[in-house]
Amino acid sequence: MISRKYHAIAVATVIASIGLFLLYYKVQILGMPFMPDETKPVYRIEAKITFEGRNRPVHVSLALPDVEEGVHIISEDASSSGYGFTKAKTAQGVRAEWAKRRVTGPQTLYYTFELILHDISKVKNIEEKEQLPQESELLLDIPVGLQSAAKNLLKDVRWRSADPHSFTAQLIRDFSDKDPSQAVKILLAKSNISKQDMLYHMLRYEGLTVKKLNGLFLDDAHRNFHLIPLIEVLHKNKWQRYDLETGKIEKDKKFFVWRKGGHSIIDVTGAKNSKITFSVNKRHVPSRYLIDNKNIVKNSAILDFSLFTLPVSEQNAFRHMLLVPFGALMVVFLRVFVGIRTSGTFMPILIALAFMETTLVTGLIMFVLIVSIGLVIRSYLSTLNLLLVARISAVVIVVITIMSFMSILSFKLGIEEAMTITFFPMIILAWTIERMSILWEEEGAKEVLVQGGGSLFVAVCAYFVMSNPLIGHITFNFPEVLLILLGMIILMGRYSGYRLTELLRFKSFMD
Amino acid sequence: MFFANPFKLKKLGVLGMNKRNVYCIGEHNSRKQYPMVDNKLKTKVVAQEVNIAVPQLLGTVCMQSDVRNIEKILEGLNGFVIKPAQGSGGKGILVIVDRKDDFFFKPSGEHVTFRDIRQHISNILSGLYSLGGKPDVAMIEQLVQFDPIFEKYSFEGVPDIRIILYKGFPSMAMLRCSTKESDGKANLHQGAVGVGIDMATGKALYAVQHNHPIDKHPDTGYDFSALQIPHWKEMLRLSARCYDMTHLGYLGVDIVLDKYLGPLILELNARPGLAIQIANKTGILTRFDMIDTATLNQSVEERVEYSIKYFSDTEHDKTSNIK
Repeated sequence: MISRKYHAIAVATVIASIGLFLLYYKVQILGMPFMPDETKPVYRIEAKITFEGRNRPVHVSLALPDVEEGVHIISEDASSSGYGFTKAKTAQGVRAEWAKRRVTGPQTLYYTFELILHDISKVKNIEEKEQLPQESELLLDIPVGLQSAAKNLLKDVRWRSADPHSFTAQLIRDFSDKDPSQAVKILLAKSNISKQDMLYHMLRYEGLTVKKLNGLFLDDAHRNFHLIPLIEVLHKNKWQRYDLETGKIEKDKKFFVWRKGGHSIIDVTGAKNSKITFSVNKRHVPSRYLIDNKNIVKNSAILDFSLFTLPVSEQNAFRHMLLVPFGALMVVFLRVFVGIRTSGTFMPILIALAFMETTLVTGLIMFVLIVSIGLVIRSYLSTLNLLLVARISAVVIVVITIMSFMSILSFKLGIEEAMTITFFPMIILAWTIERMSILWEEEGAKEVLVQGGGSLFVAVCAYFVMSNPLIGHITFNFPEVLLILLGMIILMGRYSGYRLTELLRFKSFMD
Repeated sequence: MFFANPFKLKKLGVLGMNKRNVYCIGEHNSRKQYPMVDNKLKTKVVAQEVNIAVPQLLGTVCMQSDVRNIEKILEGLNGFVIKPAQGSGGKGILVIVDRKDDFFFKPSGEHVTFRDIRQHISNILSGLYSLGGKPDVAMIEQLVQFDPIFEKYSFEGVPDIRIILYKGFPSMAMLRCSTKESDGKANLHQGAVGVGIDMATGKALYAVQHNHPIDKHPDTGYDFSALQIPHWKEMLRLSARCYDMTHLGYLGVDIVLDKYLGPLILELNARPGLAIQIANKTGILTRFDMIDTATLNQSVEERVEYSIKYFSDTEHDKTSNIK
């Protein structure tokens, strides 16, 4: 009995000290910053090209971005096993070229940049000598029959605007309106031109200096998305960018331009189903480390084995996964030391993960709504006397129905936040409803409130821990913290003292 | 004061949930033995093999298709109990005390029909009352004709006696009386009354409801201080024998007293709760510590004598004096 206790303590201590040692090594010897505020954001952009080989020679050519001012690329890397790789300067700019003889089956190629941004606002003010007189635009790309429609629309917009900026914003609003005017409908439907090209030609016809851009927003982590088309308009020696959906883009939004002009971004010959997607993630790296040596990572065995070596999309998945242990720590703590009863042991963590997507207040409201509606419907199902599996499946369907109905309703009402409802794990919700309804029948409504409230309380605590930016920073940059957590949880698992709630329960012993 | 002082609780030897899980259950109860305890049908079969008195099994229903034959099983029976073999916390137990033709009467006076009974058994089989919703077996048991001595102390339900055994030594006991609030169930957290029992004499020590001391049964109004459990020593012996049957070091034994048959083992519990300490106003750990120092491998009779000798007290601190 005693030896097992010491065994557990010894194991926990060893595990935690390994974690602490790695942490110490990284912070003190390798100089990685422990606190997030000593750092500069490093953006990692990854282009992922997938295609299927057809047992023929394959040639892939990817347009690489012209580096803008204010952007500093610290590393770039093409990962492509078995492919010949070159960077070629062509008339269309720099292109990455992969080639391989005989390719079969699905293939994936990656091209990765790591970059830092200098102060954007300063860069923006730099005078750009691009006010070249542009060729006059005659809307020749637009089918003849539609040209007059386009011209009429321009005339109409001109009436409703004062300067090039408001003109552009107004035109984009007309095109992205949920219920577009007849002219816009015709223009979009009948011409074979993309929205970006259409706007480009029309603005040029209007005599504005316009550029087409494609690129990525750098803030917030994204996985597997496509390049976002933009329009840039020159006015009073300043370029202003416009999103084709939302209009004007604020200057502080960080946008990375992958492609200017109309050249193709990717050409694949000898294969089918080629596709390109992008991922962005952001991490924090100390500024001095960027200046001293951009590649410490490559030189240290420990860091070479870190999460940074994974493809970006996997890194982003780990960002969330690494937070789960903190939620688990919270659950263990509240169960073992406080004694809060929850419905389902780890249900609160999953709810907390959902809260991170929905934000706390919306999440709480939606959770309570779904579970209460679910309980009402479940109480009817219980009168049908179904077998367990069928009953749970019925509840799952009910939950999905409630979720979709709430999404539709909130969208109609204009409450965008409620659209995030899909982040709730529906199977877990169904089990929660099932468990609570049984609890209701057997122990009464009070117990449902106690356990439901307990679960939500634990979920909220876990949410606060998991959404803490410092904790997010530490777990991602120092995953060895998990070892320390593991040690702590093992120790807690041997805690045999009283729970806080038991001090209440055994109060009568004090008399 | 709002909270109890944990150091004083520790000094009093009060067992907490964490310690129960890590030490009592984790160290003394082997997982292998659980099915014998968690499945009441298995418990009954094993108990009968070693001649431990249990309520007689009248029949079982194992498959949904057998539910139709229930009329045959119930033929000529006036009082019986239908319960799930793997139910917990008294869930899914249907008690029938009387019958007139095709009407069956529950203790509350409500009547049910064959249709209701079939429905209930079908629910049991589909796992409505078992842990984790596992498919279950319905047991039909002889109705315990409970001893009139308890009539004063129970509202619409059979009171049972819970004895906790540590390494085979009866360590603490309580009588659980159902109340109107607990809906005929003997679970303390649902509002049943727990009465601490003196280990030597079987006399009532204290009574608590919702962790608060009371003197009289809230529904019947009878004073608990007059309560003395008959056949007490036999009950201790019966419980101690359950240890030899299960080898669970931390075991809860539930006993009912039948008017004609005497004490019967109702069920066993491998994870008995801690409320018994409140009903006895005594920490159970002091007794466990004493048992740890006692010689092992004693016979049933020796263990019962040990408990009677050392655990008989009405004062908290007397046990520690004996030490």
